[in-house]
Amino acid sequence: MVEKATTIQEFVEAPPRVSEWRRFGRVFFQRKLVVFGLVVLSILIISAIFAPWLAPYDPYRGDLSDSLVQPSGKYLLGTDIQGRDTLSRLIYGSRTALLVGFVTTITATILGIVLGLVAGYFGGITNMVIMRAMDALMGFPMLLLALLIAAVLGSGIQNVIIALSVATLPGYARVMHGLTLSVRENDYVLAERAMGSSNMRTMVGHILPNTLPPMIVLVTLQLGSIILAEAGLSFLGIGIRPPGAAWGSMVNDGYRFLVTNPVLSFAPGLAIMLVVFAFNMVGDGLRDALDPRLRGIL
Amino acid sequence: MTTYIIRRLILGIFILIIVTLIVFFAMRLLPGDPLVIFMGQQASSGSMSAEQMESLRHEYGLDKPVMMQYFNWLGGLLRGNLGTSIYYHEDVGKLLANRFPITLHLGVLAFIIANVLGILLGLLAGIRRGTWIDTVSTTLANIGITIPVFWLGILMIYTLGLKLRWIIPFLGYTSPFDDFGMNTKQIIMPVICLAITGLAFTARQMRSAMLEVIRQDYIRTAWSKGLKERVIIIRHALKNSLIPVITLMGIGLGMVFGGAVLVETVFAIPGIGRLLVTSIFAQDYVVIQSGTLVIAFIIILSNLLVDISYGWLDPRIRYG
Amino acid sequence: MTELLRVNDLVTQFKTESGLVKAVDGLSYYIDEQEIIGLVGESGCGKSVSQLSVMQLINAPGEIVGGEVIFEGTNLLKYEANGPQMRSVRGAKIAMIFQEPMTSLNPVLTIGQQLTEMLVLHMKMNDEAARKRAIELMNLVGISGADRRIDDYPHHFSGGMRQRVMIAMGLSCNPKILIADEPTTALDVTTQAQLLEMMKDMVQRFRASLVIVTHNLGVVARYAQRIYIMYAGRIVESGTTKDIFGKPRHPYTIGLLKCIPRLDEEEGRKLVPIIGLPPNLINMPPTCAFLPRCSYKIEKCFKEPWPDLEPVHDNHFIRCYADTKEKASESTK
Repeated sequence: MVEKATTIQEFVEAPPRVSEWRRFGRVFFQRKLVVFGLVVLSILIISAIFAPWLAPYDPYRGDLSDSLVQPSGKYLLGTDIQGRDTLSRLIYGSRTALLVGFVTTITATILGIVLGLVAGYFGGITNMVIMRAMDALMGFPMLLLALLIAAVLGSGIQNVIIALSVATLPGYARVMHGLTLSVRENDYVLAERAMGSSNMRTMVGHILPNTLPPMIVLVTLQLGSIILAEAGLSFLGIGIRPPGAAWGSMVNDGYRFLVTNPVLSFAPGLAIMLVVFAFNMVGDGLRDALDPRLRGIL
Repeated sequence: MTTYIIRRLILGIFILIIVTLIVFFAMRLLPGDPLVIFMGQQASSGSMSAEQMESLRHEYGLDKPVMMQYFNWLGGLLRGNLGTSIYYHEDVGKLLANRFPITLHLGVLAFIIANVLGILLGLLAGIRRGTWIDTVSTTLANIGITIPVFWLGILMIYTLGLKLRWIIPFLGYTSPFDDFGMNTKQIIMPVICLAITGLAFTARQMRSAMLEVIRQDYIRTAWSKGLKERVIIIRHALKNSLIPVITLMGIGLGMVFGGAVLVETVFAIPGIGRLLVTSIFAQDYVVIQSGTLVIAFIIILSNLLVDISYGWLDPRIRYG
Repeated sequence: MTELLRVNDLVTQFKTESGLVKAVDGLSYYIDEQEIIGLVGESGCGKSVSQLSVMQLINAPGEIVGGEVIFEGTNLLKYEANGPQMRSVRGAKIAMIFQEPMTSLNPVLTIGQQLTEMLVLHMKMNDEAARKRAIELMNLVGISGADRRIDDYPHHFSGGMRQRVMIAMGLSCNPKILIADEPTTALDVTTQAQLLEMMKDMVQRFRASLVIVTHNLGVVARYAQRIYIMYAGRIVESGTTKDIFGKPRHPYTIGLLKCIPRLDEEEGRKLVPIIGLPPNLINMPPTCAFLPRCSYKIEKCFKEPWPDLEPVHDNHFIRCYADTKEKASESTK
């Protein structure tokens, strides 16, 4: 019989478990860049929500007598050819960026999840057809695909969203499909079905929750690409056109006056870059905090 | 290996057929009379009589059933007839043939630079993790994937072209056969812009692949054999880490094409990308249709090549 | 018999999130020429880490922080970890084979390439001679059709075959010492027996010494001449195989032997597991690491730090305060 030596016992036991959330927080906030990303995103969201209060001027109508003014006390970032204040347009542009970004993501995610889940779960021909279609779509560069769809549908924010959704959903479908396949083979899913759960119930109730963490990471990482693509489309004039305030089209407008008013194209481009960077950093941080093993895959 | 290639080939053809179907029927989905669309402004402005329109309709074969139109069009394609551009009034095939080499020139250069440099940078960052090389390389990679390509172009034009006047001229394109020096000056900036995104992606992939590989047991075995670091990296680690990187090269090529659209617009280069954009504005659907197909074909072909090289790299696939 | 390798007070530690893990905490042992020794201990006791330390194959967050590894008169730890001197020892003088044959060979290189590169490097052979020698070695370890299979890739071989290749690689440059880290753990029992027998033959043929690192006492019983029992980073008992099995003196060894079924045991004898779990190697107290699981402990064990290795017999050492002599002879009846 062994006596319990209390002092030794303490050392023998494993160190106390740090709560999962605290560990998440610690890893997530570890890198300064991730924090920087969060700050930028907060600024973005605040700009978008409080745009009418934050913007000094009307972004859509300008004072023609103040056309092409250099950055000054009156117009912090100068004006464009129509006399519209660059700063105000920049602030309102955040709305466009966020709107397109989020609506596209939601649409693409829902469609992608449904397609991936259905394909992975049912297998067979459904699987083959869906996944081959996804492969075909993925072979195309996002911008080109979006460009072509927008070409057929026309310009405007709605069509941009549709185009970008179609271009991004294969990525989600693929990841979802892979995850569904691996989760499906788990024993507890088998148990569920043995108990008589319907397909739908199994899919939604069991497979879906397990696939959430990697999907969340994928979403944040994709947001950056979506914003870049939208900016590209607007730059080309196919996306959102002036007087609408979209950063991409602002760069295009400013390009013509590069020699005299470089700020017109520099400022919106910088905004795009910062926002994309922020999303990527936050996405990286989320991935590392949720599961560093995903590092190779996502 | 042969079965692998054949399977990939069949898949590629299958996808191509689907693309033709989509492209063809997408055009038909547009509201309005297809003839009007195909004739552009002329027909809609009412300057043609109903008879003229009917005869044109017959000439374009638009009065036949849809499926037949599709097969006619497909047949025409296979014979090399890509249609006539509404906007340019030229044979589309000729248009594409003129512009394609230009895009190819820039694209291939950019692709090579992006991948060679990307692999190198990623490799260095991976084996010297945490050092300054890693930091520099990772920072560059981060910039590369976040910067809008068109903005980078504009920035470069401003600093290198306008302000510093190092690179003049920077717009347009002259054939290297006509004036090599001029051509070089004109393509430096666009090629860098095209390459940067691919470079960043490849570098990141290579870095994480390298980090993964050097942790493996077989690398430990290699060390225990007394081999030098350089030998271990080049002979043992490299091939293994290239496998995931090569699979993404296909996407990289796609990115170059996507970027080409933007870069050609910024630098006023008469390539396929710019053609596509102007055609979209001009609603020149013939060009859009054929151009899309050609691009799709190239992308599918390059993906196929990537798949095949992947099979060569990884003997587990090669020999089954 | 001349001494080949002597390890003195080796200390290797790992920095982890939860603290400093002393995987090897003052390890000392020696190897003579042409002998087979066993290094036995549970998972996590530091035996693999100790051998990797001898070869200086420890990477961050691990670090060798103390001790000496005297080989052929020089302290290997004085060499730069991946410098030319250490590299000339690795593979050529001291070779190592690992536990997982499935992952220890490079999947994109042929077996031939992986065999010949050592021959070219250390034995300065040209490609043709190296290839011939590689085929010879493959034949020696029992791989039939070697001249064809030399150009095959690792995934064409079974686990047992791959381990044979590893053994061929290990002995290819005539090292003085071959370290086998759990060489048979990943294989099935019949293959295990074949492989061990072959290893013994090969090592004798090449006149090398063999270190078998394992958690399985049965494996070393047949082949090793001397055995070191390791616990929590230190040797707790060392002696000849006969002594260890016949007259085990450390409570841990005694406990280990009680867990193993034996052919000659009396009917009705029960297998007695050692209670408790392997220790957490972070923040170890200075007292004996085996204390919480020990059935022989005395008051001194709680108060004094873990003792040094003391001889109980000719060449038979234990690290213990308790008097295990009588109780020991009881349990092995």
